[in-house]
Amino acid sequence: MLKANKQTISALQLKAEEIRRKVLNIVYTSKAGHIGGSLSSVDMETALYFHIMNIDPKKPDMEGRDRFILSKGHSVEALYAVLSSAGFFDEELLKTYGQFNSKLAGHPTKKIPGVELNSGALGHGLSVGVGLSIAAKMDKKLYCTYVLMGDGEQGEGSIYEAAMSASHYKLDNLIAIIDRNKLQISGKTEDVMSLEPMRDRWEAFGWEVFEIDGNNISEIVETFENMDDTNTKPKLIISHTIKGCGVSYMEKVAKWHHGVPNEEQYKEAIAEIDERIKNLKA
Amino acid sequence: MSTENKNTIPCRKMFTDTLVELAKKDKDIVAVTTDARGSVTLDRFANELPEQFVELGIAEQNAVGVAAGLTSAGKKTFVCGPACFYVARSLEQVKVDVAYSANPVKILGVSGGVSYGALGFSHHSLHDIAVLRTFPGMHIVLPCDIYQTKKLVEELVDYPYPVYIRVGRNAVPNVYENENPEFKIGKANLLLEGDDLTIIGTGETVYHCLEAGKKLHAQGIKARVIDMHTLKPFDKEIIEKAARETGKIITVEEHSISGGLGGAVSEIVSQSVPVPMRILGIPDENAIHGTALEIFNHYGIDTEGIIKKAITFYNS
Repeated sequence: MLKANKQTISALQLKAEEIRRKVLNIVYTSKAGHIGGSLSSVDMETALYFHIMNIDPKKPDMEGRDRFILSKGHSVEALYAVLSSAGFFDEELLKTYGQFNSKLAGHPTKKIPGVELNSGALGHGLSVGVGLSIAAKMDKKLYCTYVLMGDGEQGEGSIYEAAMSASHYKLDNLIAIIDRNKLQISGKTEDVMSLEPMRDRWEAFGWEVFEIDGNNISEIVETFENMDDTNTKPKLIISHTIKGCGVSYMEKVAKWHHGVPNEEQYKEAIAEIDERIKNLKA
Repeated sequence: MSTENKNTIPCRKMFTDTLVELAKKDKDIVAVTTDARGSVTLDRFANELPEQFVELGIAEQNAVGVAAGLTSAGKKTFVCGPACFYVARSLEQVKVDVAYSANPVKILGVSGGVSYGALGFSHHSLHDIAVLRTFPGMHIVLPCDIYQTKKLVEELVDYPYPVYIRVGRNAVPNVYENENPEFKIGKANLLLEGDDLTIIGTGETVYHCLEAGKKLHAQGIKARVIDMHTLKPFDKEIIEKAARETGKIITVEEHSISGGLGGAVSEIVSQSVPVPMRILGIPDENAIHGTALEIFNHYGIDTEGIIKKAITFYNS
């Protein structure tokens, strides 16, 4: 990974906005999906797929590739938009999302090139990430595994079984990310089931914890670039984000967890994104 | 066929001893367990091949997810522990990370059925076949003796589908006298010819079916006996042939009478060759406590119980 310069960051910011536009189109066309958590995680996935991870969209099963697991599988619209933008599959397929017999299921499916695991049931991804990371250590391979979880997902107990095992096996090749957008389907995470002190909990499990603005591409990239290998701890990024990020009327509003915009709202959202795209291109 | 009870090696021990030998030659074979190395008899594997052994503590959900990850990375993974936990506590991981994600993990459930008979219902696994049969892509095998277990392990290593294997806790009599019996996943074995009725068993009940079959022959009832070691994919042909040629079928399983071997057989015959059936197994109740053999006897799935049921059925 080459260190990002200013141009790289600008290009990634532009890519993230284009992906937001695709997410909007997927949800508006299909009248389905989980838009809030997709929009909060777009910047992270864009940085991973377009700068951080060692992948080849033309060889999705490439030996030694980095692995990405979307444990918060309901945010699949962002993943599909990222994968198609990266060239894993034809963008035309996005139009079929939500349609009868579409290859694009409403949660990640391995039928789609680039998807490593069928997910959707919460609290599974980190364990699978632990398995991938142990295998990499056994085989003395250098790839990393990235697991993106939701913050509401942190209620699942199996995550802490996985967290324990990751530090036990000193999996410094495992990077977990929590999309900390502070809302889940029923409201604020802290009202539904308090997750704080999140950092302390994960540190107590033996993880090295980073806290960043997860909607700031520059900060995301910098965090990954500065991760050193001076310890053997697995890494956790608490990625503080805004649910619905990039569409002002959706931001921080729980009902947009899986809301679908009407025509007027759709146009308003697209206009907002296009304005930012125009500015970034300028 | 020898049916003398000479064997002292439990199937789980034959399973792991065979696996150790194969794993010495194939570094991609990995064993995963959950503080169950004693219960499974994985001590030898852990001691001789520590680099291929993953201990995860008492955490079955994590173990199955980790096994899926290891398999996704190219490992030939055997996740091993008591059947009662792997097909209950970690069932969602089996469903999503293994079966749905088509990760060909091998799940070894030891001390299945009523092996832990005296420990109570929490430790019984009498639902596993019924549940796992409904997961697309999941294969299910219950070997009946050590020789078949050995053959099974050899086939499993490179078998490209996820498989659940259930074995019992105690040593069971050999069904096959040949150390190298005919065995192929998905292909049932005909143990005894006969045209009067068919007795079908799976796993530990196969021995009792065969013993019963022989004694029935001596009494003039020509019972056919089938070892249905694979519950999925199911050998439909052997069942239809038996229904056509014998006209009556008894199934015998160490499992709930709902949704297991009897259910699978009746789904086939009721739609293609309808014949009367009797389904022997554990009724819809928390199984009585006792040794496995006492429980078999109580519910009539041992040799004596099968004979009694077969005579009544034959004369009906």
